[in-house]
Amino acid sequence: MNILSVCNLTLTFDGKKILDSISLDFWAGHVHAVIGPNGAGKSTLANVIMGLHGYTRYDGEVLYEGCSLRGVSVDERARRGITLAWQEPARFEGLSVQRFVTAGSRRKDTAYVKELLDSLGLEPDRYLHRSVDRTLSGGERKRIELASILAMEPRVILMDEPDSGIDIEALQKIFEALRRLKDKGVTVIMITHSMSVLEQADHAFLICSGTLLDKGNVKKIGRYFADKCISCDHINRPAVKEIQA
Amino acid sequence: MTQKDIVAALMQSIGLDPHKPFGDDVARIEIHENRVVGVKLVAGLNVDANETDKGVDAVISLDEGTHLEKPVHICFGVLPESGRQHINLDIRIKQDARASFLAHCTFPNAVNVQHTMDAVIEVEPGAHYAYFERHIHGSGGGVNVVPHARVVVHEGAEFTTEFELIKGRAGRIEFEYDTECRARSVVEMTARINGRADDTIVLHEKARLTGEDARAALISHIALRDRATAEIYNDMIATGDRARGHVDCKEIVLGQAVARAVPVVEVRNPTAHVTHEAAIGSVDSRQLQTLLSRGLTEDEATDLIIEGLLSKKARWTDA
Repeated sequence: MNILSVCNLTLTFDGKKILDSISLDFWAGHVHAVIGPNGAGKSTLANVIMGLHGYTRYDGEVLYEGCSLRGVSVDERARRGITLAWQEPARFEGLSVQRFVTAGSRRKDTAYVKELLDSLGLEPDRYLHRSVDRTLSGGERKRIELASILAMEPRVILMDEPDSGIDIEALQKIFEALRRLKDKGVTVIMITHSMSVLEQADHAFLICSGTLLDKGNVKKIGRYFADKCISCDHINRPAVKEIQA
Repeated sequence: MTQKDIVAALMQSIGLDPHKPFGDDVARIEIHENRVVGVKLVAGLNVDANETDKGVDAVISLDEGTHLEKPVHICFGVLPESGRQHINLDIRIKQDARASFLAHCTFPNAVNVQHTMDAVIEVEPGAHYAYFERHIHGSGGGVNVVPHARVVVHEGAEFTTEFELIKGRAGRIEFEYDTECRARSVVEMTARINGRADDTIVLHEKARLTGEDARAALISHIALRDRATAEIYNDMIATGDRARGHVDCKEIVLGQAVARAVPVVEVRNPTAHVTHEAAIGSVDSRQLQTLLSRGLTEDEATDLIIEGLLSKKARWTDA
C-alpha cells in the first residue's frame, strides 16, 4: 500500500528542470533507495517531499496518505510523520545531545535517550551531555541525528546519503537501525549513489537528470547503476533508450 | 525587615531555599542595596566589607596556597522597585590559591534600579580564579547594570569569568572589563545575554596579552529580539612572545533588533597569533530547517537555537 506518492513532479530552478515529470510510489513499511549520479536531483526530491524552504513551487503533486502536501509547512509535515535525516547534519553549539534528541519527541526522559544512543552504538554516558557541535565526528553527528529521528517516531524517514562522511562501523549501526525501523512498519527512503546503501533496500528507483529511468528490483537497478552509471560519460543526460532496451 | 529576613528574601528571589540555601561549609556574602546583610567565611577567605555614604567597599582576599573546594556564594540585590547599589570591590587571589565564586545579582522587581560596580581584581602568580555571575531580572526592564573591572592575571595564573543574563529583561547593561594577561596566564571571559523589548546592551571587553605564552579568549553570545540593541566591543591586543588570543562573537538578531560588533585585534609581536570569529544575523537556516523537520514550530525552533547559543559552559556545574 502506498503511503507516499510523487505524481508527475517537475521542479524548475532558473529555467532548468531539476526534476522532470517524475512519478514514484513509496510503500508503507518498506525500505526504498533512490539512486543516481551526483546532480541527478535525488536530494532535491527529498527536499520537495519534506517541503523545505525553496522547494515548494513545483508542478505535479506529492501525496501523503492520499492527501496533497501542497501548502503544508515543514513542521506540519513532520508532525504528520514525515522527517528528513540530512546528508550533513547541522551542528548546534551549546545544545546538549539529550536536548537535541528529544526536541521533537513526546518522551523527554533520560532513560529513553540513553536507550536510543545505545542502540546506535553511542555510549550514552559519553554523549548525553555533550554539545552537538564541531567536536563530534561526522559519524557521531550522523548517529545523533538518527537518534533524534527515532525519538520522534516518524512514519516516513527520508535519509539523504546515509553513508556519507562516516566509517564502516557507524554505517553498520545505521543499517541495523534501519532494519529495526522496517520491523516497526516505518517507511524509509534513502537517497544514495552507494551500492552498499542500495543493497539495504527492498525497492529501488534510478534517477538521472531529474528523470526516473527505472524502478523495481534492487539487484537489477544495482547492476545497471554499477555497469552504466558509475562510468557514465553522459551523466545527467539520461540514456533512456539504453535502459528501455 | 531584619537582616535575616532580607537574606531570606534574596535567596528566595534567586530560587534557593530561603532558610537553608547552603551548607555550613559554604562561604557567602550578601549585599542588599548598600547594606551588607550577611557574611560567612571559611578558612583562608577574608572579607572586609564597609558601608560608606556612596555604597559598599568590599575587600576580598584568599590566602596564599588556599584551595576552596566549594564555590564562594555572593549575592548582590535590590529587591524593591527602586533603589541604588554601588559596590567597590577589591579582590585579591593570592599566590597559588584556587577558588571559584558564584555570584547572583538579583533585581526581580526593578522599575528604577541602578547597580554599579567598580572592581579591581588581582590573580597572583599560579592562582586560579573563576567567577560566574548570573543576573536575575524581572520583566519590567527598569534596571541599569554598570559593572567595570580592571583585572591583572599574573604569571601562570588563570582567570575565568562568565556573565549570564538570560531570564527577564536585561534593561540597560554597560559592561566593561579590561584584563592584563601576564606570562603563561590563561584568561577566558564569556558573556551570554538575552535582550528583548527596548533592552540596551553595551559590552567592552579588552584583553591585553602582555606576557610570553599568555592565552586569552573573549566570547560574547547575544540574542536580541524586538527592538533590543547591542554593541559589542572586543579588543585583543597581543604584545607578548607567542601569545595566543581568540575572539568569538555570535549574535542572533530577530525582529527589529540591532546588533553591532566592533572587534579590534591588534598584534605587535610576530610570534603572537590572534584569531577572530563573528557571526551576526538571524537564526541559522540549516538549524531551523532541521528542527522544523522534527516537528517544532518556527518559534519553538528559534527558542531552542537561542537556548543553545546562550547555554553555559559545562564547567559551571554548580551554577
